[in-house]
Amino acid sequence: MSADLARAARAEVCAVALAECFRGDGERLASPFGAVPSVGARLARLTFEPDLMLTDGIASLRADTAPLSGPARGEPVVEGWLPFRSVFDLLWSGRRHVVMAASQLDRFGNQNLSCIGPHAKPSVQLLGMRGAPGNTLHHRTSYWVPDHSRKVFVPRVDVVCGVGNDRARELGPRTARFHDLHRVVSNLGVFDFATPDGSLRLLSVHPGVRVQDVVERTGFELAIAGDVAETRAPTPAELELIREVIDPEGLARREVPD
Amino acid sequence: MDKRTTAQEVVAELRDGMTIGIGGWGSRRKPMSLVREILRAGLRDLTLVSYGGPDVGLLCAAGAVRKLVYGFVSLDSIPLEPHFRRARQAGQLEVMELDEGMLQWGLYAAAQRLPFLPTRSGLGSDVLQLNPELRLVQSPYADGEQLVAMPALELDVALVHMNRADARGNGQFLGPDLYFDDLFCQAARRRFMSCERMVETPELLAGGSLHTLRIHRSMVDGVVEAPRGAHFTECPPDYGRDEAFQRRYAATAQDPAAWAAFRARYLDVSEADYQKAVAE
Repeated sequence: MSADLARAARAEVCAVALAECFRGDGERLASPFGAVPSVGARLARLTFEPDLMLTDGIASLRADTAPLSGPARGEPVVEGWLPFRSVFDLLWSGRRHVVMAASQLDRFGNQNLSCIGPHAKPSVQLLGMRGAPGNTLHHRTSYWVPDHSRKVFVPRVDVVCGVGNDRARELGPRTARFHDLHRVVSNLGVFDFATPDGSLRLLSVHPGVRVQDVVERTGFELAIAGDVAETRAPTPAELELIREVIDPEGLARREVPD
Repeated sequence: MDKRTTAQEVVAELRDGMTIGIGGWGSRRKPMSLVREILRAGLRDLTLVSYGGPDVGLLCAAGAVRKLVYGFVSLDSIPLEPHFRRARQAGQLEVMELDEGMLQWGLYAAAQRLPFLPTRSGLGSDVLQLNPELRLVQSPYADGEQLVAMPALELDVALVHMNRADARGNGQFLGPDLYFDDLFCQAARRRFMSCERMVETPELLAGGSLHTLRIHRSMVDGVVEAPRGAHFTECPPDYGRDEAFQRRYAATAQDPAAWAAFRARYLDVSEADYQKAVAE
């Protein structure tokens, strides 16, 4: 048991890194997209960020922290109603932190969910803009990339859905005053945008990943923090929460295989 | 006033080239029986406004759509709608792709008979480049902020599906979310509602709280009773999504022969035969 606990899966390291994204958020709606971000948000609330707000993925705000899948532990505790219209109201008010996916992400954090190729006749049609343009202009935004590659981390995205730091700068300080790109977490490392020009910077690599691996699998010049740390390992208590309470069926491990 | 009608009578009012708003969200509580009737009638050149799901996919596959106004198209459990993708990748559609909040704003502006509503959403993204008809507006107050003037999305017709309704056109949703169905109705000149079950007016409140009575009779011109009318999308609490059937529908996008067979079996038949066929 203890030997097994000591060895965290990559998905679990990523989940802790995503939990860390929500540190300090307080009474905000966490909107995680993807299995690993969903584990991360729940983990943050069960440990260091107890005021975080989470939905059931439909229209209820849940006071209890339900597992990602499988049988519930006890009766659900609903603390509020949050239909889509209220989500829009809430996001425009700013009390939200979204972790979105990115089919493409560039150096300044411009994100594409819409399509690959020319917009009039795409080679690959994806979801569409969804809420990305509005999300990025109104509240804190992070990104989750489960498969770090040059296909995702591109020099130029084909369609700008989520607004990056260069575009936000062009909008001027007033229009962009709520624009807040926070972190990018991939299966290889953790990134922020704390550079003079707001470009992506490698903060830490996950255990077993070399800085060189990240550089090789990124399609643009990556800023690198002077002292690239190793992403912190999950504590035994965190691992127990992930495995026993939050994700007993291992959806996160399926999203990021070891 | 008795507003009971049939899907055939509703669709007889529609014309090629109309702008049609469809309620629901993704693969959730879509007025699918009305969509199927549009397919049977062979309408063309429609402009659809939708939080898109299989309503969009089916009408695209049938070649009924000229233009699509959307923020996304998804089957939820199957994230990417394959028939919509196919139509897009063939370059078949004229599109107005928006942030999903801008879509709400456009409907809300039309509902309020305003030319536009201001929003910050869209600035800095490619929404503005891809939709050059969108204009900016400057705040007339001291802040002087530049905002997007989201134009009213005026609809010729709105189609929505409710759990319950009465003959006068009062509608009731019993699931977790109304989505934007009230705005679709209020943004349209003609408004049609299908429902799982028609009830007497006093039964509405017996079936759900006051807060579920969000579609009022002044927002509706015609009501169609259509049991399992949202199939294969979900319509809680009456039924969930028919995932197996949705997978079968999605698979037909890969192969014209499979689509033709699907169409012959499920779409070129009456609604009663559709319901019989999907129950098999």
